[in-house]
Amino acid sequence: MLFKHRHILGTRQLSADDITLILDTAERFREINLREIKKVPVLRGKTVINLFYEASTRTRTSFEIAEKRLSADAINITASASSVVKGETLADTARNLEAMRPDVIVVRHAASGAAEYLSRKLSSCAIINAGDGAHEHPSQALLDALTIRRHKGRVAGLEVAIIGDIAHSRVVRSNLYALTALGARVRLCGPGTMMPSAMEQLGARLCCSMEEALEGADVVMMLRIQRERQGRTLLPSLREYSRFYGLDNKKLRLAKADALVMHPGPMNRGVEISSEVGDGAQSVILDQVENGVAVRMALLYLVGAPAPNEEG
Amino acid sequence: MALLIKNAHVMDPSQQLDERLDILLENGVVARLARDIAAPEAEQVDASGLIAAPGLIDLHVHLRDPGHEYKETIASGARAAAAGGFTAVACMANTHPVNDTLAVTEYILQCARAANAARVYPIGAITRGLEGMVLTEMGELSAAGCVGFSDDGRWVANGDVMRRALEYARPFGVPLLSHAEDRSITADGVMNDGVVATELGLEGIPWVAEDAAVARDIMLAAFTGARLHICHVSTVGAVDMVRRAKQAGVRVTCEVTPHHFTLTEEAVRGYNTNARMSPPLRTKEDVAAVRNALAEGVIDAIATDHAPHHIDDKDVDFNSAVNGIVGLETALGLTLKLVEEGFLSLGQAIERLSCGPARVLNIPGGTLREGAAADVVLFDPERRWTVDPERFYSQSRNTPFAGWTLPGVVRRTIVAGRTVFRQD
Repeated sequence: MLFKHRHILGTRQLSADDITLILDTAERFREINLREIKKVPVLRGKTVINLFYEASTRTRTSFEIAEKRLSADAINITASASSVVKGETLADTARNLEAMRPDVIVVRHAASGAAEYLSRKLSSCAIINAGDGAHEHPSQALLDALTIRRHKGRVAGLEVAIIGDIAHSRVVRSNLYALTALGARVRLCGPGTMMPSAMEQLGARLCCSMEEALEGADVVMMLRIQRERQGRTLLPSLREYSRFYGLDNKKLRLAKADALVMHPGPMNRGVEISSEVGDGAQSVILDQVENGVAVRMALLYLVGAPAPNEEG
Repeated sequence: MALLIKNAHVMDPSQQLDERLDILLENGVVARLARDIAAPEAEQVDASGLIAAPGLIDLHVHLRDPGHEYKETIASGARAAAAGGFTAVACMANTHPVNDTLAVTEYILQCARAANAARVYPIGAITRGLEGMVLTEMGELSAAGCVGFSDDGRWVANGDVMRRALEYARPFGVPLLSHAEDRSITADGVMNDGVVATELGLEGIPWVAEDAAVARDIMLAAFTGARLHICHVSTVGAVDMVRRAKQAGVRVTCEVTPHHFTLTEEAVRGYNTNARMSPPLRTKEDVAAVRNALAEGVIDAIATDHAPHHIDDKDVDFNSAVNGIVGLETALGLTLKLVEEGFLSLGQAIERLSCGPARVLNIPGGTLREGAAADVVLFDPERRWTVDPERFYSQSRNTPFAGWTLPGVVRRTIVAGRTVFRQD
């Protein structure tokens, strides 16, 4: 099967077949990551720019490692070190970068729609969305799907509970589309101020309490709560958040005995997740990170590698 | 120079006229309206196949001048108005400096006279600097030519200030125009709150931000007995409240924009910054409600909220984009499209575009009665055209309607008996 998407802007546009192809490709790259010499020449001579307008350690490093293991030339640009501080617009920055002929731009930006905007502005390179505002974070959802599939052997038919700040989370949106496309059912729970009712129309089941969301779940995905939301209109305190929406061993017992515990990181230990759960036997949080490299290698390969007929 | 319009299909809702007549314009007024007028010394205009209606009046535009002349000037705005069939517009006060002093009002009027296109009526600010605190000198400003007062773009959030503004304006006989949106509720929203915002990951502006503000303003109008006009209503609730207030005898009027009766929040998909407005585009239920209210007459006027913006302010990510679209040159077409689709009669359409707004602001025009101002629009209702922003008279091009095919081509716009726009 051929991958027909030029850009990776979100999981919304991906079919079950697309996602399966990405995960199968990632499985093959996983093996490379376990070798002593972790490098293959599939993107040799290709240039990939990581354009990050938001702080990121995990995602940026994961992309950079993926690029290097595929032998691409990887360049990192972070907002504070770039012309952004000189007032250059996103489109101008991107056009200038495009003029240097990169093959792929991996972009993270605080504005929803930023990746799509760049894909319209630039004609000669592929765009991979590494997180745009509260819109999508497709590589995260795909690595989550791979992690679930590896542990459970399948995604279809699973009950996945996602808990936290649903309204502002790009991880939720990308996971909702990807996991439901693969046949899972997604339940959401969070404080009333962070639970847009429209999520139901996007295919999720909304739960009023964490207990309801956890009941019989196969996967429990905890979201990072942004500490700065505390003490404003959205959230009275982290203390109260932790009591009603934090995951500890006692609440985890409501889920299936073999339920996976996931977190996109970085964790607020003792807030949305207790250390004993985060570090516990059911946690697959570090597997997520490991699979992230393979999934990003797959995405870079699928949009960045020359098509077979191009190579002649 | 006299002008004789021959064989026009005269549609004048102010006199329930819907028949073939000639119109003689002389000395800036409608001199005669009758069959087969002979006036050999007058310039003859053959209007066969054309509708002749009272010149359109847009009671809500932003001309950006003074301060943001790179977006629009009073002259370019007045020409865009004429090209759209408007013989008069009323321009909002949120310029730089704000129209809160006599000097700015006089500057606007002076530029408008020099433009020699549509008439321009200034709307003064309710509060100094649009800051919502200290009332402007509404007496002096209305004497100088301001026909209403508005902090448009901002709601007067403090209830006491709005109460006092209504009380103060009442004896001068000028309406207050309220941009009714409670910003403490809209917060950081950039589009309508709902499924599209949730999917796109954009902060939502819920309908309750508008409804709550409309409710308070209507209560204050009832309490003070002053004239209140609600700008660009966009929700089911807002039109409902205006309907009930009118039934209860409150002196309230309201307007709707062509974009709010044409588009829904779906237009934002693809992060289309030309679908970013204040108030935001809403749901299909809201669109149905404003269409019904427009036909019913609960909505008194169609107003464009013409908001010219430079490409640099729109060609950015959605969160960074500014609100608003240009509207003067597409309003008639979009309204006639509603007529075609059966939501309005042609008479109702013309009423809401001319008589209605004239009544709201208590300004001349909106009628072709003998003795009235010779402000007339001639348009071909059958002919269709395709919206090409590059051909706009406005300096700005920000419209979501580019490429749309609309009915109704303006052939001639006549202000005080003089042709200010012509397209054969």
